Amino acid sequence: MTEATIAKAGSRPSLLQMQGVTKVFGGDVVALRGMDLDVRLGDFISLLGPSGCGKSTALRLISGLTHPTAGRIRWDGPHGTDDLGVVFQEPTLMPWATVEDNVFLPLRLKGKRKAEVQAAIDAALALVGLDAFAGAYPRELSGGMKMRVSIARAMVTRPKLILMDEPFAALDEITRFKLNNDLLAMRQAIGCTVIFVTHSVFESVFLSDRIVIMAARPGRVIRELQVDAPYPRTEEFRTSAEYAAHCRAASDALHEAMGDAA
Amino acid sequence: MSTMTDPAVTAATDLRDDEELRRARGRRINGIARWVLPIALLALTLFWWHWVVTVNQIPHYVLPGPMLVAQTLVEDFATLAGSWWITIQVTFMALFLAVTVGVGLAILFNQSRLVEMSFFPYAVVLQVTPIIAIAPLIFIYVVDINLGLFTIDAQLVGLLICAWIVAFFPILSNTTLGLNSADHNLRDLFSIYGATRWQKLRYLQLPSALPYFLGGLRIAGGLSLIGAVVAEFVAGTGGVGSGLAFRILESSYRLQIPRMFAALFLIVLTGVAIYLAITWLTHVLLHKWHESAIKRET
Repeated sequence: MTEATIAKAGSRPSLLQMQGVTKVFGGDVVALRGMDLDVRLGDFISLLGPSGCGKSTALRLISGLTHPTAGRIRWDGPHGTDDLGVVFQEPTLMPWATVEDNVFLPLRLKGKRKAEVQAAIDAALALVGLDAFAGAYPRELSGGMKMRVSIARAMVTRPKLILMDEPFAALDEITRFKLNNDLLAMRQAIGCTVIFVTHSVFESVFLSDRIVIMAARPGRVIRELQVDAPYPRTEEFRTSAEYAAHCRAASDALHEAMGDAA
Repeated sequence: MSTMTDPAVTAATDLRDDEELRRARGRRINGIARWVLPIALLALTLFWWHWVVTVNQIPHYVLPGPMLVAQTLVEDFATLAGSWWITIQVTFMALFLAVTVGVGLAILFNQSRLVEMSFFPYAVVLQVTPIIAIAPLIFIYVVDINLGLFTIDAQLVGLLICAWIVAFFPILSNTTLGLNSADHNLRDLFSIYGATRWQKLRYLQLPSALPYFLGGLRIAGGLSLIGAVVAEFVAGTGGVGSGLAFRILESSYRLQIPRMFAALFLIVLTGVAIYLAITWLTHVLLHKWHESAIKRET
């Protein structure tokens, strides 16, 4: 994937479609109602909304951990477990394994031996800037570094799609900004599609080219916004008038969603 | 610690103020006291014991003094050592069985809820049955086991069964708990990557269960020794299994109380050694990653 293909939205081929996806828990709690989403190759989509709007449920449905009560999720073209990477809100590392072995996990589960994929592991660690910490244990790392390991693990298989469920919500703002910048650079480097769940307007505008605004009770999609600023985006984008305008638009849409729910 | 020529160390030393120096002194004293105090207390206890026995002129068949016990231990060591070795053997064989069967059952229970529901009650029944009551029956039921290469004597089989019943439950219940305690997000991750049952067990559940298993092992280590001794008390004097419990019975019949104390001392020593060995093993296996074994610098 090159920058050119990332920059040209609309003309990209479709990766997967959610068609009228509904999820009901316990018979009467509607977590998600009639969600349609066409995910195209190279998209950076943020699912933005208040808690209870079904954004995490949407991710679990796409990852195949749970199945829709109604509607369907259709992948275009063949897809295997290699094609998906996941980053949770918690780093979710194995405390007994070194950084390197944590990143090795997805490949190990594919039956690969470490020696044959060492290059891929090293590359993933270099990508997140942790090549010097391959032998460290998770407890020796800061919160931000743990999250980087988690990202490296999601990227080590070079998946087509990475699902991120509020990965930076628990981090301090300085670390969060730094990781936002780095995440865009990493995405640029491996050219994957990202679906990113967040409740931060600023984060969603900075990162994504498509923002899907969602409302709660029942969880549903309110509208979609386009952020047409080109990648790569840098710190300058964060202080631009364009950025502020997008933030305002997203914020207004979110208020509408919240007001609707109240 | 480090040499004084290291500039970083020297600089760090210079930065310490009076209060920090006082704290450092406190830590040093604390470090010495950690060893000196227990030893001093032990010496004091032994002296007090000796003093009580001497001043009250307690006859040695009621309560022998520590000197007499030590002397007996040395004099009768040839006899006691043989019995000690038998008790140690039974203890470790029972512990080995408790670990294999306990962990094996825990894995089986974890893999199939149906098996767990059906068989766990029996494990609880075994756990709560007073071993002292059923041990005599066990010794009647058992027969020699012929394993081809060698034969396990019926008496030994009985001892092992008793000690095993006492020791295996903590391993089973702790390991079961541990296998079920794997992080939920990690489980999801394994599912997303299409991990097989075996991969989940090998790479996620067994490592998660390790600290729990070691906690169970620490309890089972002591229990297998108690089980071995209690079973032998019941088995009595008939047969070859003349371990330390047999020596204790024999000495009490003959009013050789100092020898009984010497045998008791060896049992206690064994128990403490097992405990220390398992504590060391726990440290070796967990100190790199588990909260319980990590020391923090304050």
